[in-house]
Amino acid sequence: MDLEIFWFCLIAVLWSGYFLLEGFDFGVGMLLPFVPRNERERGAMFESIGPVWDGNEVWLVVAAGATFAAFPAWYATMFSGFYLAFLLLLFFLIVRVVSFEWREKSESPRWRSVWLWANTIGSTGIALLWGLGLANLIHGLPLDSNGDYDGGLVDLFSAYTVFAGIAFVLVFAFHGASYLTLRTTGDLLERTRVAARRLAIPAAAAGAAFLIWTVVVAIDRNDKDVFPVVVPAVLGIAALTLAALLVYVGRSGLAFTMTALGTIAAVATLFTGLYPRVMVSNPDFANSLDVPGASSAHYTLAVMTVVALIVTPVVLLYQSWSYYVFRARITGEDVHPPTEAMGRRSSGSPAS
Amino acid sequence: MSPLASTAVDLARIQFATTSIYHFLFVPLTLGLGPLVATMQTIWHRTGDEAWLRLTRFFGTLFLINFAIGVATGLVQEFEFGMNWSVYSKFVGNVFGAPLAIEGLAAFMLESTFLGLWIFGWNRLSPRLHLATLWIAVVGSWLSGYFILVANSWMQHPVGYKIVDGEAQLTSVWALLSNGFALRAYVHTMLAGLIFGSSVVLGVSCWHFLRRHEVDLFRKAAKLALIVAVPVTLLQLVVGNRFGEAVTSAQSMKIAASEAQWNTCQPCGFSLFQIGGFTVDDQTPSFSITVPRLLSYMATGSFDGQVEGLNQLQAEEESSYGPGNYMPNVRVIYWSMRVMAFTGVLMFLVAAVGAWLYWKQKLEQARWFLWTAVGAIAFPYVAATAGWILTEMGRQPWIVQGLLLTSEANSPNVSSTWVAISLGFFIVLYLLLGILDFVLMRRYARPGRPLTSEELPAPAVTF
Repeated sequence: MDLEIFWFCLIAVLWSGYFLLEGFDFGVGMLLPFVPRNERERGAMFESIGPVWDGNEVWLVVAAGATFAAFPAWYATMFSGFYLAFLLLLFFLIVRVVSFEWREKSESPRWRSVWLWANTIGSTGIALLWGLGLANLIHGLPLDSNGDYDGGLVDLFSAYTVFAGIAFVLVFAFHGASYLTLRTTGDLLERTRVAARRLAIPAAAAGAAFLIWTVVVAIDRNDKDVFPVVVPAVLGIAALTLAALLVYVGRSGLAFTMTALGTIAAVATLFTGLYPRVMVSNPDFANSLDVPGASSAHYTLAVMTVVALIVTPVVLLYQSWSYYVFRARITGEDVHPPTEAMGRRSSGSPAS
Repeated sequence: MSPLASTAVDLARIQFATTSIYHFLFVPLTLGLGPLVATMQTIWHRTGDEAWLRLTRFFGTLFLINFAIGVATGLVQEFEFGMNWSVYSKFVGNVFGAPLAIEGLAAFMLESTFLGLWIFGWNRLSPRLHLATLWIAVVGSWLSGYFILVANSWMQHPVGYKIVDGEAQLTSVWALLSNGFALRAYVHTMLAGLIFGSSVVLGVSCWHFLRRHEVDLFRKAAKLALIVAVPVTLLQLVVGNRFGEAVTSAQSMKIAASEAQWNTCQPCGFSLFQIGGFTVDDQTPSFSITVPRLLSYMATGSFDGQVEGLNQLQAEEESSYGPGNYMPNVRVIYWSMRVMAFTGVLMFLVAAVGAWLYWKQKLEQARWFLWTAVGAIAFPYVAATAGWILTEMGRQPWIVQGLLLTSEANSPNVSSTWVAISLGFFIVLYLLLGILDFVLMRRYARPGRPLTSEELPAPAVTF
């Protein structure tokens, strides 16, 4: 296999890793204002992703860095083209990152509520914008003969791309709810189960509609055949449908596996639909950026392949170990607000 | 170039300067406080002395508040190359992208995963393993520093590449990774990180002495900070000087500008202070204090060394690259060099005086020094900012030394209005974050704050 095709696939894998892992973090963030009933439960929800969200986010850092290194023209055109959308995305990313570390640093209910909402709005906004952004790659953008973006902010919005954003939000909310059913206990667990059941059908329906629409867009606007794009799309639809069914019969572990597979299938559908292009140009299809045209030279790709093949297994190993360390369900009992002074800790036991 | 395009470049430059200087207010503290906190935990682990556990928790909290904002602002840096500098990104991606991608995969993954394990692992991991997670996170952050400086140094001193169809392509990854410029920059930057960490630990400890709060506890922290600060600030003066020699051979114009040296000299005196002499039309200062032969030594390692002047270098570059102005802003470069060097000396003096007072057992009583040490927390911030202004503005008009001009590297499809919007956006957001960060840091560093459960010994019994 050519190294540039290998790197196209690897970038798809990095996006899959990012959405599979950070996707449930987004979902937990979206549910923060709605599912917990008290500070202890809010703390438990934060703790369910506290140790891992940062490592999950690095998958995005690597995906962006790998795009820069392996496909400089793709990185340059995409990031300059999505300028204002990415500015908004950075806002969401920043307030969300900060919310994790800063929220617990004061006991003021107002401060905590601000950072809780920062996490929720950040998580929702990031999911929405990534759906919109990645869908635009395949739906097509006005590119000039130089491969530069030649449109404005409004060109990013179309029925398909906006729907993609909404579908990403719903699927991640569902993915997050099914994650929480594996990580919580007691009343909170009951309520996360209710949330997962309520989200199951809308998320599975939106996800399925997005996948079908993506296949149509790939055929219509990117000159693709039904095969092989339809394969990951059908797998994704099956996974999301199964996830919804499993949630109703109370099989949390399997349901989470299925939302995870659905997420991976969605990325696979987008990238299969995109190949051999990396950004479709519309209306001038001939100006599209493709894999050979956007890629780095062989030597760079060879060097990075060696590094990726050595380092990635190690990363997977220690990230898995970290999930293993934090596998226990969170009772909320050991979530003392860290700013609580010692004297008050003995008198004011957490409400339960 | 049209005036509009020039506005877009200027705005993009101001934006990059603003966001990267801001980012680098937080990064070096992460680099330096990390190993100090890990050392505190190691001492606790070895001796079982609860004081060191409390110090680990205390400074660990400051470390994490600071870390969060460093991560958040780092994302902006990664996006900004593509957003504002698309021509640059296409030109350098083959070479510059690789260390960036490796930084994420090899360094940030390590740092973020193991820091998560450290923060939440107090009761879940064995003490030895828990200690190891922090050290591994520190290794991750120090690795990330290496890869990003490899990338930056390639812009200062490009190596291991060839130009094919108007793009730089990598020819030797070994040359890229062992770039002498990068190795020197790395040592210089990591030492800067340790200076950040030790001045924060020392300053905060002295603040506690001033209020007579937990004096016994913070005496231990102050001792550790001084043990690090004295050799490191001294070493930094030597390393900074050696780094200057590397700059002389790679970027003669930068050195000439940093000394406002208009004409080639041999031997050359070092100007400590001067009035005037900063522009082409005004090349002779009206007043200056100069140390004979010192510049020759600093730039070349020999008291007889020759340093090329701005006028000669300008003529040479014009003959190589065609007509144009190849000189950076001499006034800014001259003063940023001096601010960096003078605060560097001051930081050494603070550390040395502090160590002497500690040795004489007078540290906690010398209120004049305690106030100085609190104020001296600002010094590394000032020095690092000046250092980056020197490094990056001194490279102008090039974005990649000798290969690509800054004025030709921005995104052609991004209008100056968009850049102005994003610049305004970052200034407002960063100011807000900066104020909140300062308030939080102060609140968690201040004497007399009740102990938090984070700083209490990890509960042995849970029920």
